[in-house]
Amino acid sequence: MKAKGKVFKYNDNVDTDVIIPARHLNTSDPKELAVHCMEDIDKDFVKKVQPGDIIVANRNFGCGSSREHAPIAIKASGISCVIATSFARIFYRNSVNIGLPILECEEAVKGIEAGDEVEVDFDTGTITNITKGKTFKAQPFPEFMQRIIKAEGLMNYISEK
Amino acid sequence: MGMTITQKILAAHAGLDKVVPGQLIEANLDLVLGNDITTPVAVNEFRKTGFNKVFDTKKVAIVPDHFTPNKDIKAAEQCKLIREFSYEMDIENYFEIGEMGIEHCLIPEKGLAVPGDLIIGADSHTCTYGALGAFATGIGSTDMAAGMATGKAWFKVPPAIKFNLKGKLQGWVSGKDVILHIIGMIGVDGALYKSMEFVGEGLSSLSMDDRFTMANMAIEAGAKNGIFLVDDKTIEYVKEHSNREYKVYSPDADAVYEKEYEIDLSKIRPTVAFPHLPDNTRTIDESGDVNIDQVVIGSCTNGRISDIRVAAKILKGRKVKKGIRCLVFPGTQKIYLQSLEEGLVKDIVEAGAVFSTPTCGPCLGGHMGILAKGERAVSTTNRNFVGRMGHTESEVYLASPAVAAASAITGKITDPDKI
Repeated sequence: MKAKGKVFKYNDNVDTDVIIPARHLNTSDPKELAVHCMEDIDKDFVKKVQPGDIIVANRNFGCGSSREHAPIAIKASGISCVIATSFARIFYRNSVNIGLPILECEEAVKGIEAGDEVEVDFDTGTITNITKGKTFKAQPFPEFMQRIIKAEGLMNYISEK
Repeated sequence: MGMTITQKILAAHAGLDKVVPGQLIEANLDLVLGNDITTPVAVNEFRKTGFNKVFDTKKVAIVPDHFTPNKDIKAAEQCKLIREFSYEMDIENYFEIGEMGIEHCLIPEKGLAVPGDLIIGADSHTCTYGALGAFATGIGSTDMAAGMATGKAWFKVPPAIKFNLKGKLQGWVSGKDVILHIIGMIGVDGALYKSMEFVGEGLSSLSMDDRFTMANMAIEAGAKNGIFLVDDKTIEYVKEHSNREYKVYSPDADAVYEKEYEIDLSKIRPTVAFPHLPDNTRTIDESGDVNIDQVVIGSCTNGRISDIRVAAKILKGRKVKKGIRCLVFPGTQKIYLQSLEEGLVKDIVEAGAVFSTPTCGPCLGGHMGILAKGERAVSTTNRNFVGRMGHTESEVYLASPAVAAASAITGKITDPDKI
């Protein structure tokens, strides 16, 4: 499984309130949520994002609320992958559960800038900064989580069992 | 290697003698909880996958507390969806308006969380029930759907940080100040993926309400859960609210903690978290002159009877400063009634403050007190990220009920000892 696109780069502690503000939690429709994705941290995000693009961020990405609307909005906006130095635990779990690919790799975060073209190979965990000609290696998920991601989410996984 | 309190509860619910940090387990759930924002997504996932009954009608709780009483048409539709689901699934613990409260004030009050329980909730502040010596953690809607269907959830066993409490709270200092102090000290990811375990002789200085407040904010340090040692106060609370069987776990003498902190409660000062992170803390002495527009007292963090009593005590016989809005949100109908009986509502209303029906309201920028551009609020809630309570150019300062009430009187962030 692969992902490729241009990068939107953010800093530490990007919280769920800026990813999808509470005023938009009146709906659970992914298409409606996508329209407001990253609204309170980057108004231009929804105008610029193309399918396949990648979010790269520093520490504690997705901190705050348990709202699954956050990874849902990100996935529905067309983002193919989020790479961060570290993820907040509920966001991490939610992303795995809904099949939004995420990777933790501090090295990659340091070596990627906004606008770079990046490709990710999930089978090997290899992150390639095509623009800058660098590659990085991320920690693979535990096998159990890989099975959930392969089944495209927790509900598929448990109904297959 | 011995186990921490959290590890013991996880092991017991996974049918294992022992677990170690990092281990992946599947555990049986005692309670699966959701609210009006998170349950609709869970219901959709549940139905889409083809499930048509919940694993145990007594072990699911649905509390519409965020955008209720129905904020607008869309909120009404979300509430209708979860109401109909609850009736269809025979969910005993669905709490309608008029009976409901803010979920994390309501659940312990209704005896649905007891020591030794393993609880997941589709709300990040589910960690609140750790005050009762239960393992309780926030999860997302998909986990809620899977939990409702199977009665199980997967977990990665967390390592732990120990907080050894000693001394006694002084004056107006409360659990809120202690936890803000701790988050300020370790940072918003200082306990990332870890358990925060609270032990020590200082425990006896903390009321159950203080402990609920502290466990509530464990997530603000990135923790998987917060948990308190069980003592007489816990047992007294549990016996008063539940007749369910409970189990008390203590850490092994050789339990391993990644870090240990000594917290002297006697030295804690009233503490305020400045915008826009819960770890941006200063003591009241370092806060300087900060003019405010609104005060919010309530929420799952500080909406309990002792919080309302503190607010009323400070507001009694005084007036909210002209031009300042002060809103009080009791956590449950029972707390509301108790506030009435004790004359607290009169004191609060006569001071020129608002006393509301239980709701999360403005805490997450929902309704009932949103901030305009450039406005500032002192709030007893739990988060102050950008745009949390309204406009992206508004500010939220997190504090205890005592600091909040004192600030309502002066119109700026105020030490309750100084009014």
